[in-house]
Order: sequence, then C-alpha cells, then structure tokens
Amino acid sequence: MATVPVDVQKVARCRELANAIAADVQQFIDAHTTVGVERTILRAYGAEGVSDEGVPIVNLVVDRYKEAGLLDRGIAYFLARALVRGARSVKEAAEELAYGAVMDDGTGGPTELEANAAIAPATAVALARIDHARDRRRALKLAHAPGDAPLKYVIVATGNIHDDALQSKAAAFAGADIVAVIRATAQSLLDYVPEGATTEGFGGTFATQENFRIIRAATNEATRSGGRYIHQTNYSSGLCMAEIAWMAAVEGLDMLLNDAMYGILFRDINMCRTFVDQYVSRRLIARAGIVINTGEDNYLTTADAVDKAHTVLSSQFINEAFAFRAGLREEQLGLGHAYEIDPWIEDSFLLELSQAQLVRQIFPNHPIKWMPPTKHKTGDIFFAHVHDAMFNLVGVATNQSIELLGMFSEAVHNPMLMDRYLSLKAARYVHSACKNLGDEITFRSDGRIARRAVQVLDEALEQLEEVARDGIWDAISRGAFADVKRTRNGGKGYNGVVKKHAQYVNPLLDALEAQS
Amino acid sequence: MIPKELIRAYGDRHNDGMVQMSFVLPIVPSARAREAAKIFAMEHGLADPLVATMEACAEGYTFFVVYGRSKHAVDLAAIEVPEVSTRALSRDEIEAIIKSDIGRKVVVVGACTGADAHTVGIDAILNYKGYGGDKGLESYKGFEAFNMGAQVENDQLAARARAVGADAILVSQVITQRDCHKENGKALVELIKSQGWRDEVLLLFGGPRIDHKLALDLGFDAGFGPGTKPSEVAAFVVERLREKSLVRGGLRSE
Repeated sequence: MATVPVDVQKVARCRELANAIAADVQQFIDAHTTVGVERTILRAYGAEGVSDEGVPIVNLVVDRYKEAGLLDRGIAYFLARALVRGARSVKEAAEELAYGAVMDDGTGGPTELEANAAIAPATAVALARIDHARDRRRALKLAHAPGDAPLKYVIVATGNIHDDALQSKAAAFAGADIVAVIRATAQSLLDYVPEGATTEGFGGTFATQENFRIIRAATNEATRSGGRYIHQTNYSSGLCMAEIAWMAAVEGLDMLLNDAMYGILFRDINMCRTFVDQYVSRRLIARAGIVINTGEDNYLTTADAVDKAHTVLSSQFINEAFAFRAGLREEQLGLGHAYEIDPWIEDSFLLELSQAQLVRQIFPNHPIKWMPPTKHKTGDIFFAHVHDAMFNLVGVATNQSIELLGMFSEAVHNPMLMDRYLSLKAARYVHSACKNLGDEITFRSDGRIARRAVQVLDEALEQLEEVARDGIWDAISRGAFADVKRTRNGGKGYNGVVKKHAQYVNPLLDALEAQS
Repeated sequence: MIPKELIRAYGDRHNDGMVQMSFVLPIVPSARAREAAKIFAMEHGLADPLVATMEACAEGYTFFVVYGRSKHAVDLAAIEVPEVSTRALSRDEIEAIIKSDIGRKVVVVGACTGADAHTVGIDAILNYKGYGGDKGLESYKGFEAFNMGAQVENDQLAARARAVGADAILVSQVITQRDCHKENGKALVELIKSQGWRDEVLLLFGGPRIDHKLALDLGFDAGFGPGTKPSEVAAFVVERLREKSLVRGGLRSE
C-alpha cells in the first residue's frame, strides 16, 4: 500500500497534547450542566409531547426550574422526588414539574435513598431503549452486509420528510450506502426540538423524533429490498445536540454529524455550552454504537486549504481526545477532512492525495470521512463532474472509509434525483476501476507527496503545542481554527449553562459514564 | 424601430440551434419512454431530438440526455438589463475618495437575514480576509464594517444600522427555497421605508441567486451576484455616497 512517512513519535506527542487540551476542558464539563443536557435527561426518562401552545414539555420543565434557580441540582433530582410523592409515571411526574401549582424547592421530603430507588427503574428503561435500538440495527446489518469502503454517502434535503423518504430509497437504488437528511437551516440555533412529522423546511428537513422514525423505516425497506445495508445519518449539533443524540440513539440511526467545536466556530454557539453538550451527546452516542462524523472539512471552506491543512489534522486529534473522554471507541470516529484545495493550483491533486493518505495512516481504525469539493464549485456542472471524479480517485486510492459524494450541482441547488444518480454512477466507476490502486503504487519517499505529509504533521504538532500551552478557550479566541474567533462568554446559548450543585443528581449520565 | 439582432444557439455551425438537455421522467425505460422523452424535447422547441441516453435512475424513474436543434432565437436588440454602473476602482482609489470627498469613515452593516445560516457571502465581502485575493471592507481604513452574521431578523438589522449611523446596509441571502430571499429582502425595504429613513441609507442585496435587476425590483439600490469582489461593493458605496453628497451639497456630518 502506498504510504507517506509518518513519525510515530510525533503522532504520539500530538495525542498527548490533544489529551491535555481535552483534560483542561473536561474539568469545566464535569462541573457544569446545561438546559439542553437536562432536557435530554427528561426525554430519556420518557417525558414526551408538547403543551397546548406547542412547547415541548421538556422545555417547560427545564425553563421553570432554571428560572427558579434550581436546575443546578439536576432535573432528575426533582423527577425522582415527584415519583416518590406518588406520580404514577415519568410522564405524570414531568407534567407535575411543568404545571404543578406548587414548585418543589428541593428541600425536605424524601431521603436521597428513597429518591434514588424511585428513579432507578426509569434509568434502566432508558438504557434498555438505547440497547434495544442498537441491537436491532446490528441484527439488520448482520443479515444484510453493507457495501465496500469507501461507503458512498449522499444527502437528501427536500424539506419534506415524506419526499426525503422517497429520495432516500432512490439513492439506495442508485448505489448509495449512506443517506443523510440535511437539517433545516435554522434548526441549529433553536433551543428546542420541534415535534412530529414535518413537511416544510428551508434548506433541509427538521430533525424530529417522528421524522427519524419515518426515514429509518424507509431506509430499512431499502436495505431489505436491495440486500445491502443502508445507513441513516442526521445531525447532533447546535443547541440541542444532546437531545438529538438521544432521539437518534433510540430510533436506530447509524451516524450523526457531531463535533466538539463546529457549533462554536460556524454557528456562533457559546463554547462553554458546546463543550458540555457535546460531552453528554457523545456519552449517549457511545452507548448506542453510533458513528460520529466530525466537521473539520468545514475549516477549509473559510480558511485556505493549502496553508491551513494542518488545522484539520490538529482538530482531528482534539476531536478524538474529546470523544475518548466520552467513551467513544476508535471505530466510532468518522473524523472529517476534505478535498477543498483550489483545483487550478499546480499539483493540487498531489496535495490532496498527501493529506488524505496522512489522515488514513494516523487514524487507521477510524471510519474517516472524506468530503468533496464545494468551495471551488462554480455552477459549471460539467467541470464539477470532473473535479468530483478526481476527488473519488483520491478517496479510493487512499482507502477512505466514508465518502460524501460531490454533486456537480453544488453551488446551484440542493441535489436533485438525477444529480445524485450521476454522482453515484461516477463514484461507482472510479471506485471499481481503481479498487486496488492503492496497493499497487508507492509514493517516492523524497517526493512532493511525502514531503507535504511531513510538513502538515509538523505544523499540526506545532499548533497543538500552542493550543495546549494557551488552552483551547484562548486558542479559539485567537482564531486558531477556521480563521474564526469566538470568546468564552460570547455566542448563543451561554445563559443555558449552569454550574452544578455539590449534590447534583444525574443517574443516567452516571450509568453511561460507568460503562467505560 | 430598432433592427432585430437575432441569435441562436451554436453547436458547430452558425444558427444550427444545437442544445443538450437532461431530465428525469417518472417512467421506466422503454420504447415508449424514449418516445415520451422525444416529445418532451420537441415541446421545448427542439427539432430532430436525439435521445442520447436513457437509463433507470431510481425505481420508476428514467434519466435522459437529449440533443436537438432549438428553433428559438433571441433578439438582442430588445433586451435591456440594468447593470450596476460603477467604474472599477482600486483599493487605493477607494481610500483616496473616502479621504478627500467623504472625509470620515463610511459605515456599513451587513447580515444574512431570516433563517439563512450561510455567512460565506457576507463574510467574503465584509471580513478582513475577503474573497479571491480581494480583501474585505473591514480591511479598509476608510470603512467601518459591522458583520452581524447569520439568522439576523430585519428589525435587529435595521436597529443596529440606525444605532451606528450606517451609510449602507448589506443583506446576503443564500437560501432561496420558495423565494424566501425575496420575501426577506422586500420586508427589510418596507420596514426601513415605514420607519422613514429609506433615503438616508444605501441598501445592497447579494447572494448566489441575486442580480441587479432583482434587487432593484425589490427596492434595493443594487444587487450583487456570485463572484462579486469586496472592492466592487466598496466602489459602488463610495461612488453613490459621493453622488449623494453632490446632490445634497454635502454629506451628513458625524
């Protein structure tokens, strides 16, 4: 197999630094919770539905306890006490917390022992729901083997979940292995998860639990009729990343876009909020056996893909370190990178090949995700098709695990049926025509590809040294990633961060943490 | 009467009208499907259609590539397109005009309005880094640029522009599903009109699906499409401000 030189000691040092960076943040994470985390816990315990005004009951409860200054005890604490007081179910207990005339201020009442005993069965049920969905998905995957790597990943984005279902099946028919439903453009900044099946959305379709159910059923149908396992993907990101992780876990999704820093950089979500939310979302994801897709590819859409290639690698180390701390295994880490270099730069293909191979070697057990050109697509669909073919060639030659297929209509519109069909057809051709190319060639040890790989790893190491020295908070404030600068207390969702009480209660998170 | 200037599509001979079209029909491939594709092409004005490709692209759907000779011609003489009529100015020229003719910083506020979360366009124009080697308005000494980012409501944008005494407001719209970009744009113009300060501010509209004509139709002063460089926007703003100052006999003082 063609390889680039990788200094294992430098890689070990990168991991050590990334781990130190994550350890610093973990202290903050462990001391804090968020409104998003507490809503997730309520949902996991079985609180569902919306008020007459359409507000999710989990929002009503959490906002009420937050305003009363009581959320620092953990919503599970109050839920448990409501159960001890006689609520017949979690649903009833949640309703009492939301609407009850008298608010529990957390003093007096049942002992800790009584409260723990009251909520323990609900914790077991929540875990069992995750396990059940995971096992069912695995069984289907055993019965119908997935396609060969690189797995061909396409998106659907009609705004209407029923059209998405139709298009997902069409994509599977045309050879897709993974179908992602793009989320409505505004959803990442909503501090609640919409309810029910949705048929209107700009730029994509809302992530709701019912929509997950509908699309999962459609891809399962495609799996059974085609005899090849079709993966379903959605987004655990934005202000509700943990809630969506829960929904995806119990609805049997295979992959989630989930990144430790993406929301901070690209959606201006507060970094304290994001760090806490990503941790809890990943605890759920770890248990569910879901593969995450990280978003480093996005860095190259705002920063220069040649000069800032090393920031992708250093961020991958950081994302990995955060993920390990949340109990994820290497096999669950679809670290992202992208073919975003200006195609008209001489030897741009060589630079792409170098980076792709470098990432492959550094993360050998990870289902790394190779992202297509977008930034330099102009609307010339014929050129774009050639551009994507070169991207496909790198993908197969460097044995990428997941390949999000480029669309020639990028920069024109959301992919249409024929766009996806032609893209899949082209990828099928390149992947098959060059199936064993990587095993047949070698790169010159002193050539451009090798030298570039050494340079990128060196620069990533240098950057990680800096970030570890300054801490990630300051590094992000200086624009270390994607050329975007964010402050520690700025951005959206900061007021949803709560410092935990010394007697904070969260038995579900405790159980998730105990497993690893 | 202006003489007609008719042109037709060019394949490899003058006026042959050759075009290629590709489309999907909800039908399985068959001789009937091929005929359907031919008729479909002829209905679009293609003579002698050749169905070059017919392939099943999903269950019950077929992808076609068709060549044919378009019977349509276009009369160039009858076309009028408003274009942003600003001469190209270099960065130094822009700075010099601001210094000599305006005499203070030009204030611009920009945002992606409504649900749109795509800041790539507004960032390219306003942020220091710019686009295609052309630095953004932030980088000019003569500009004070405020980038409010994505998902900004029209009233927030208007309030901020008012508060900082903006000379120009830049609205970026990337998402165009169900014409939401037009709705958002028009709503801002209406809002500012209703607040009574439309004449005091330049309104610029930009995005991949925006052109000058559309922007004018919606009530903006200019529209900028894909590939627009920050310096083009800067040149437009300073030239318009200079014209305004000539008309009014002086710019508003700080």
